[in-house]
Amino acid sequence: MSGFIAELRSAGLPVSLTENLDAMEAVKVIPIEDRDAFKYALGATLVKNNAHWRVFETIFEVYFSLRGPEYEINQDNQPDDFWREMQDQMDQVKGQGEGKGSGGGMDSLTPEEIAAMLMRALMNGDQAMMRALAKQSVQRFAGMEPGRPVGGTYYLYRTLRNLDLDNMLQKLMDANREMSKQELTSLEERLEKDEFESRIEQFKQEVEAEIRRRLVADRGAEAMAKTLRKPLPEDVEFMHASRDEMQSLKKALYPLTRKLAARLARKRRHGRKGPLDFRNTVRHSLSYGGVPADPKFRYPRPAKPELMVVADISGSVAAFARFTLMFVYAIQNQFSKVRSFVFIDGIDEVTKFFKSTEDIGEAINRVNTEADVVWVDGHSDYGHAFEVFFERYGKDINSKTTVLLLGDARNNYHAAQSWVVKEMRKRARHVYWLNPEPKSYWNTGDSIVGEYGAHTDGVFECRNLRQLEGFVENLA
Amino acid sequence: MRVKPRFKDVATVRSGLKKENYLADDGIAGVVYLADRLGKPVLIEGPAGTGKTQLAKSVAEMTGARLIRLQCYEGLDESKALYEWNYKKQLLRIQADKKSDSWSEVHDDIFSEEFLLTRPLLEAITSEEPVVLLIDEVDRVEVETEALLLEILSEYQVSIPELGTITAKQIPLVFLTSNNTRELSEALKRRCLYLHVDYPDLEREKEIVLTKVPDISENLADQIARIVRSIRQLDLKKAPSVSETLDWARTLMLLGIETIDEKEAKETLHILLKYQTDIAKAAKELSVTK
Repeated sequence: MSGFIAELRSAGLPVSLTENLDAMEAVKVIPIEDRDAFKYALGATLVKNNAHWRVFETIFEVYFSLRGPEYEINQDNQPDDFWREMQDQMDQVKGQGEGKGSGGGMDSLTPEEIAAMLMRALMNGDQAMMRALAKQSVQRFAGMEPGRPVGGTYYLYRTLRNLDLDNMLQKLMDANREMSKQELTSLEERLEKDEFESRIEQFKQEVEAEIRRRLVADRGAEAMAKTLRKPLPEDVEFMHASRDEMQSLKKALYPLTRKLAARLARKRRHGRKGPLDFRNTVRHSLSYGGVPADPKFRYPRPAKPELMVVADISGSVAAFARFTLMFVYAIQNQFSKVRSFVFIDGIDEVTKFFKSTEDIGEAINRVNTEADVVWVDGHSDYGHAFEVFFERYGKDINSKTTVLLLGDARNNYHAAQSWVVKEMRKRARHVYWLNPEPKSYWNTGDSIVGEYGAHTDGVFECRNLRQLEGFVENLA
Repeated sequence: MRVKPRFKDVATVRSGLKKENYLADDGIAGVVYLADRLGKPVLIEGPAGTGKTQLAKSVAEMTGARLIRLQCYEGLDESKALYEWNYKKQLLRIQADKKSDSWSEVHDDIFSEEFLLTRPLLEAITSEEPVVLLIDEVDRVEVETEALLLEILSEYQVSIPELGTITAKQIPLVFLTSNNTRELSEALKRRCLYLHVDYPDLEREKEIVLTKVPDISENLADQIARIVRSIRQLDLKKAPSVSETLDWARTLMLLGIETIDEKEAKETLHILLKYQTDIAKAAKELSVTK
């Protein structure tokens, strides 16, 4: 138990001492054999942020997955009744005794039969069957060897490849169409597809859980937790995010911006008092017999900054640029005006993409496909991009403008043209540089962030959402 | 001070809530049970329209307790949440008999409970009969105001400088709801059990539609739940909430529709979705054959 708490902490969850005590207290009043109740008791007392729930769940699985009878790993002695029932089902389906005897369990089935059974289970949404099949297919296909130092994803990949789940969806749809006599409307078809997709997803999770259980049994919980340790969404680095992490980042982005916008709006309103409102004061003084006892102030209306975002969208930093653009546009009502430019070695203004649609995601897509950013060879050339930027749009920079330059400043040894940044700073209110690389990599290789940075008001390391949020909050 | 627990086990909570037409899943019922056993407040977070407030109401009905509700808003302060001195009455008291009382008597007298106006929080802990306290949308108050809640949440007591500390006669069940527009302070979170109420899964949503909309056919409810789930998977500005699902189900019932086809779905989408871009997107998605 204390190992579990320690692991939560090292995964980045803020678990305080009182929360720890609460959890102990909670576990006492919960029937210990009820695994779900146990999990929720721990969850309710230890996890106070929904974004952290997934991390909690993973660690919970690792530490407590060996509890409870239905989760036991019995390699050989499967509960016979259950298997027999399944076999009977199989026999009925096929109309012939393909299942090889009822006592032998599942080990004797051919891969094709397993696939067929899986399809049937998915078709009917049979949970118990799916769990059993997950177990079986892991045992068969994953080829797990005790003590072998590979991660769970390797086994997962092996298992799923053997089951061919991608085609499964298609097959399910076909089978479904055959079964229902009349034509399905496209609406129904879509609903069916969603249904099957969610079932397959569920099955994948079963497989994953099963693999995890086996690995834990093999290596012990502590070692396992270490390999599974995943950063929280706000700590994921932009430059090294996997596809899954990108998804969770995107999900985390929206509530984050909403919170930030609410906070900024509040700050704006409560920040300081405005000038004395003379009329209002006099009007209220009448209720004190003409004594201006209660001075009234105007609401403060601090000017919102204008923002120009100039982003490098070449391969290495594309994800970062995308996120920053999304972020900025999600809170664009905190700025009086936002203009955005993207470049690789040529530069193009993309403000219009964001103007024409409300859907930020779509706008980003159009930026990626339609913006004209390649000048010579499609390798980052900050110098040329900045030069052109200044030439074309430099006159629009004024004392209200804040310019954000995004990129890793890896210039492929082209001319730096840092005088442009210097000029920009002269005209603009502020010029900031956001760099998605860790600080220790700056100015190594072809990175010349120092040369540009000298002319800006500040260079900020911006590796994850947390840092990005912090920066934007100070900006607005 | 510990009174006997209200619920026997998690299953009792669940069936009790079901009687009040609130379908709880294991997580929800479990946390309510824990809240009672540990005597701790519950902080409920989740998207709008998933039944956060309703949970508190249903629990109140289930236990037969009085529901005291404090609606939070920006600018909520002590005098509206905790207590206030009824200064008009105090003034009257002083003027009523100027001659007879000595200063100290009057002083003691006007700062007694008689002149205290109780506000929801104080009322909840001074109440004799069982109460459920609902602090709604706690994320709307400023961070500083949050501190007001801390004493009552952890100790179930209120300190009034002139009167001393008033402790609770019985421990109320406390629910706080938050729409997550800002991060609540650590101090507040630490004192609460945390419950995240998300959109229900397919089965539960169907059950909810069946219990909440009278006379709806099983088939239609199933279809509704499945369409709503598909819509929620899209990348929308605002996903349809449970209450919107129910509105939609009721509309379909009124229109006398037994099975939904594409046309009807499209025509009634505006009940589920509140943004034009969302409606367009969903309509497009639903009509596309893969």
